[in-house]
Amino acid sequence: MTTRVPASPFRLSAGAKCAIPLGLLFLVAFVAPLSIVLGFSFLPERTFGFTGELTLENYEHFFTEGYYGTFLWTFGLAFAATCCCLVISYPVAYGLARVFGGWAAIITLIFVFPIFVSENLRLVGWTLVLLKGGGVLAYTINMLTGFETGTLLYGPGSILLGLTYVYLPFMIFPMTLGISMVPKEQVEAASDLGANRLQIWREVELPIAMPGILIGVLLTFVLAVGAIAEAKILGGQSIVPIAHSIQHEFTYAQNWPLGSAISVLAIVLVGIMVFFVLSRVDLDRLLGGR
Amino acid sequence: MFSETKPWMRNTIYAWTAAVVVFIYIPIVVIIMASFVKSRFFRLPVRAWETKWYEEALTANLMHQLHLTSFYIAGSVAILSVILGFFGALAFARYEWKGRHLYQKLLMVPIFFPQAVLGLALLLWFTFLGIIPTWHTAIIAHLVWIAPIVTLVISIQVYGYDTAQEEAAFDLGANRFQVLREVTLPALAPGLLSGALFAFLLSWVNFSLSTYTTGADNTVTEWLYAKMIVGYTPLVPALGALSVYGSIIILVVGYLVYRARARSKAASS
Repeated sequence: MTTRVPASPFRLSAGAKCAIPLGLLFLVAFVAPLSIVLGFSFLPERTFGFTGELTLENYEHFFTEGYYGTFLWTFGLAFAATCCCLVISYPVAYGLARVFGGWAAIITLIFVFPIFVSENLRLVGWTLVLLKGGGVLAYTINMLTGFETGTLLYGPGSILLGLTYVYLPFMIFPMTLGISMVPKEQVEAASDLGANRLQIWREVELPIAMPGILIGVLLTFVLAVGAIAEAKILGGQSIVPIAHSIQHEFTYAQNWPLGSAISVLAIVLVGIMVFFVLSRVDLDRLLGGR
Repeated sequence: MFSETKPWMRNTIYAWTAAVVVFIYIPIVVIIMASFVKSRFFRLPVRAWETKWYEEALTANLMHQLHLTSFYIAGSVAILSVILGFFGALAFARYEWKGRHLYQKLLMVPIFFPQAVLGLALLLWFTFLGIIPTWHTAIIAHLVWIAPIVTLVISIQVYGYDTAQEEAAFDLGANRFQVLREVTLPALAPGLLSGALFAFLLSWVNFSLSTYTTGADNTVTEWLYAKMIVGYTPLVPALGALSVYGSIIILVVGYLVYRARARSKAASS
């Protein structure tokens, strides 16, 4: 790779210049709004401008007024959904990377397609499947076995199903990328040296595939934390996700500082995880095979 | 193929994958079934089928408005994010510069950020600035999340791009603009195209950002959501089925163009 050397030390390098447009976008529409949110989180209740004493009372309210319950449910469900996706995806990703050969492209396309159908629509589809009595699932079970069944709908179970369902592709693809990074020769060498299947998997395949798997875990988890439609459409408001309680404070309750404090706590928790994972992943290798 | 992949394992993987495909397509198939039902609610067993909801979905004024809004947003996001992503990808994958590793990590942050929280932060930001949210502000919100993804998509192409072609063009006396138009853009075209396709579709189906940043305007996904919360109508599956057909057409055309390009390339070389 050749690189033009800048003519003078004061001129920006070509790479830095190319990074400017995106940098500006981030500054205006990412850094600035988040700074505002951070700022408001330290202001007294119901202030709408940057006036008033700095205070920690919003963070106190978060704990005293039971908002942490929202956090436990949201993060708990996101964690559970990530685990489900992990287990469901692994054989599929392994197949895409190793077993399907020429079919892999078509099978990938089959998995890509649903991403481009509105998530809300697919969730509506699930409600029609899960409806009590005349729903597809209940009806089929009744036809086959004669049993009347209850419904998963409007409870944590259906939210978990929805999250797992919607974010599954976001686990499968990075995981496939990770598993296809495992060199065949290395596995064969390990096998020749007498390692059994489990040892090869644990000592060779898993560590090399780990960056891809971690990216998948992170993506699934973060998307699930920020999800709202699953809880509303499938969960029937039985559980209030984080986004919903922030929305409530920003709009109906007109309490920007408390909403900001909830946002900041959510961002910090997710941010710690993102930082932890990304510091362990080499993007050049994962995307460019270098 | 691995020598260790035993037949029983291969069969298990095939069966498992087939089951996952069924799982993924269940709700889509059900929506399409529901779109042909005569009664107001979809219940099994179905007594009568018909297509009147399609006619209504295709003729209602509101439907046109919803699709136009979604289209304006997705179209603008596709164009803008390809422009941003093109330069972003050069900085990401091509040039070796001082801040590159930091830049690569920072670029990932909006992708790994809870979308609804981002949407709400932007809502607060717009309100604070006195900007009334409309579909214009939704474009900004979508760009924050989609432009980095498009940058990654284009970067994959840039990693495989041989910069010696550019050097050669410069040596032959081409100026910077000519090199960009004649060498760089054609070489990266497949990446730019798939980036645009991704951006359009991701924006078209987005809900978590749109719901907080479109203000009084409504996109298709917002309407679907509202109807599910306050009042189901058979227009929901009809509209949904139409959007499924639309996505199929876009993906198939995209795939065929890609194939045709690959073939003409193979023929010319």
